Amino acid sequence: MPSYKLSVNGKVYTVEADAQMPLLWVIRDLIGLTGTKYGCGIAQCGACTVHLSGAPVRSCSFPVSAVGEQPVTTIEGLSEDNSHPVQRAWIAEQVPQCGYCQSGQIMSAVALLAGNANPDDEAINGAMNGNICRCGTYPRIRKAIKTAASYSH
Amino acid sequence: MEPKDISRRNFLHQAAWSGAVLTLAAYMPSYGQTLPEIINPVTNGALPGTELLSWISISRAGKVTLMCNRSEMGQGTFQALPQMLAEELEVALDDVQIVFAPANPEKYGPQPQEGSFSVRGWAPRLLRTGACAREMLIDAAATEWNVPKTECYAENGLVINRVSQKKLSYGALIEKAAKLKPSADVALKKRADYKIIGKPAPRKDIPLKTNGSAVFGLDKKLPGMKYAVIERSRRFRETVKGFDDSETRKVPGVSHVLKVKRPVFSQYCEGVAVVADTLWAAMQGRKVLKVHWNEPDFELPRTASLEKQMRDNLQKIGNEPKFDSEYAHCKQKLEGAYETPYQSHSCMEPLNCIADVRSDSIEIWGPIQEANWIQADLSQRFNIPIGHVAVHMTFLGGGFGRKAFPDYPYEAALISKEIQTPVQVVWTREDDMMAGPFRPGAFFTLKGGLTADGRIHAFQAKTATQWIGQDWSVTPPGPPEAAGYNTGDFEGLLHPYRQGIPHYSFGGAGTHSPIPVMWWRSVSASTNGFACESFIDELAHLAGKDPLAFRREHLPSTRYQALIDRMAKLTHWQSRKKNDGWGVAFTECFTGICGHAVKVARNAAGKVRIEKVIALMDCGWYVNPDIIRAQVEGSIVMALGAATIHATTFDDGQAVQQNFDTYPMPRIADIPPIEVYIMENDEKPGGVGEPGLPPFAPALANAIFDLTGQRIRRLPFSLDDIS
Repeated sequence: MPSYKLSVNGKVYTVEADAQMPLLWVIRDLIGLTGTKYGCGIAQCGACTVHLSGAPVRSCSFPVSAVGEQPVTTIEGLSEDNSHPVQRAWIAEQVPQCGYCQSGQIMSAVALLAGNANPDDEAINGAMNGNICRCGTYPRIRKAIKTAASYSH
Repeated sequence: MEPKDISRRNFLHQAAWSGAVLTLAAYMPSYGQTLPEIINPVTNGALPGTELLSWISISRAGKVTLMCNRSEMGQGTFQALPQMLAEELEVALDDVQIVFAPANPEKYGPQPQEGSFSVRGWAPRLLRTGACAREMLIDAAATEWNVPKTECYAENGLVINRVSQKKLSYGALIEKAAKLKPSADVALKKRADYKIIGKPAPRKDIPLKTNGSAVFGLDKKLPGMKYAVIERSRRFRETVKGFDDSETRKVPGVSHVLKVKRPVFSQYCEGVAVVADTLWAAMQGRKVLKVHWNEPDFELPRTASLEKQMRDNLQKIGNEPKFDSEYAHCKQKLEGAYETPYQSHSCMEPLNCIADVRSDSIEIWGPIQEANWIQADLSQRFNIPIGHVAVHMTFLGGGFGRKAFPDYPYEAALISKEIQTPVQVVWTREDDMMAGPFRPGAFFTLKGGLTADGRIHAFQAKTATQWIGQDWSVTPPGPPEAAGYNTGDFEGLLHPYRQGIPHYSFGGAGTHSPIPVMWWRSVSASTNGFACESFIDELAHLAGKDPLAFRREHLPSTRYQALIDRMAKLTHWQSRKKNDGWGVAFTECFTGICGHAVKVARNAAGKVRIEKVIALMDCGWYVNPDIIRAQVEGSIVMALGAATIHATTFDDGQAVQQNFDTYPMPRIADIPPIEVYIMENDEKPGGVGEPGLPPFAPALANAIFDLTGQRIRRLPFSLDDIS
């Protein structure tokens, strides 16, 4: 089985995995970071969203062999202590209900704000429409993104 | 070891709000027993401190631990329960931590997480538990100081002597207090004196859900645990004829391939499990597994045939003569038909479960709504004493009723027993979405007759649906129930209509189908509500009356009239223009009453869009208004999906929709602004998690009628199709 050297949250891991194994399962089952979730396996729900070189990808449909040198960031890599502005905003606005999709929601929001410090509703819709929340926390997600944006002003 | 103390049992017996809760068997604290292992996503530690009553312990540092016997699937149990306890115990909310309690009905009481029951069912017990513990601590301090108890009071984790101003912390008193007899005779605080209840305190589980540390079922691992995925019959009831696992066994990591079964009510659904060292290997092994199914000995359901059956069945439901004669005399008459589809729960966390079965014990870990049911079910099916069956709840990534069922733990236990290793069974999204049990579709015919002055004189609702729990092969649904007269229930319909409408009649007929069905958030109210509240709206228009005023006229109850009046104020109802696109609906279920007002308008392209939703919840006495708002917001989003976006259909005996590409969900761009308001009254605590869902679809349909004159009679419908 091929061996891959992955940089995840600033730490280097060497994993042996089938080339087609999705990054999601590498992160969860081989590296042991379970904050990234499985929701659909076909890049429809966004629960598995992580960053590759800062850009959001659906790790359930992204083979480990395609990662290459790109650094991976997962929810666990945002901060040591829930202090990332998006995490703080999520807590302030009391966004999560069941919480299962929220790692993916937060990773999408972080990527949005990295490229657009002050997103309007349309920008939020565009960046967040790939993330499903069955509990229906969308109104609070929208509010929390705006709150997070306000922290840097 | 302490002796069994009758007063402790009595205390818990008496800790009920009169009439508001189930009568329960005795709760016996586990004297001297080692506390069972707990999943503790808050502290990852064993129970700290000394146990005071069954549910709470207090450490020497004064930290209170509440054993939560309610599952947390997003509904806010982890916040509402500590708030209730902290209020009466007189501790700061930050000093209460909560941990999941494993199934142990003798100790923690029954654990079903359904019927929106956490607050309405447990308020009396938790309030009394807190008050009782507080009094024990005050007793201990009074004894320590050798003063009358009346000189002492409790505040913020301290007992204070109001004469000497001496103070003792709960941590310093706990060892002595734990030796005292609890008293059942404790006074509860007045609502006006509450400092914690009724306030929007932030949820304790949220920080775990913003950094990936909350442990859901799928995140739980045991040492040496294997993984299994299962190829199940897509036609629900097919049986395994045989399988070819030659390719599967070549996949590195695959260790076992075996036939399994899963109990769905009184039947079994069969499948073949692939077990491997990693989940990925198990999934690869499954891809090359060939399962041969026996020819089905039943008709393969299709949506068209199910719908025909429901329509035919509606015609077979007999009428009640008294109702018929009253209806016949009405000045104006109206009939309406409404149709609602099957739906999938589709929790974001697909089903999964870990089982570790040994020769004399079973241990289960997973996202579980019904720990006690699972414990009892496994004990019986595996013939292992119930005390040797441990069921541990993790966080649930959604539940909505699906995870209140013992089928998936049984399947995991069966595999673990066979392979003699702990195993986690993981359902793929496709497994989860295609296996059901589904919310059954329901078709309705309604009849309403008006008096000369435009009041409802006679109201009839007939339902054709698949009965939950009815086993298609063993007990076919039987002949349709003739409609009764001024008796029975139509879940969802506001209760006072039964007094405000002089003649009413409900009847039903069961659909015969091998499709497994079960409860889905708000159960029958989710379909009934659409039918009854659309039809009441139709009757209001027939009477030429304002839809809100028309409802008020038929609700002889000050509580319900206050709800209507508040809705009129929130929507500025009187100043709206006719055909402005406003619709309202009110339903009730699980003792929660909820109204929605929906405003629709045409956008620049001429398409109908939802501009705003105003929700008004009356759940009586409540704990945390922010959690109520969150639950109602979420209910509206879920209802929006079921009304306008998705449905499960069947062809060739299987569910057509397999994943979110064909069973799409509401997404952030679909969500209109939502405002949630809560009625303030002193009614008993009512349900919150479910009652916010049913009024949405009829309120939307009524708004569309107001705007366009087009009556929606079938769900789901697309807003894009409204002309």
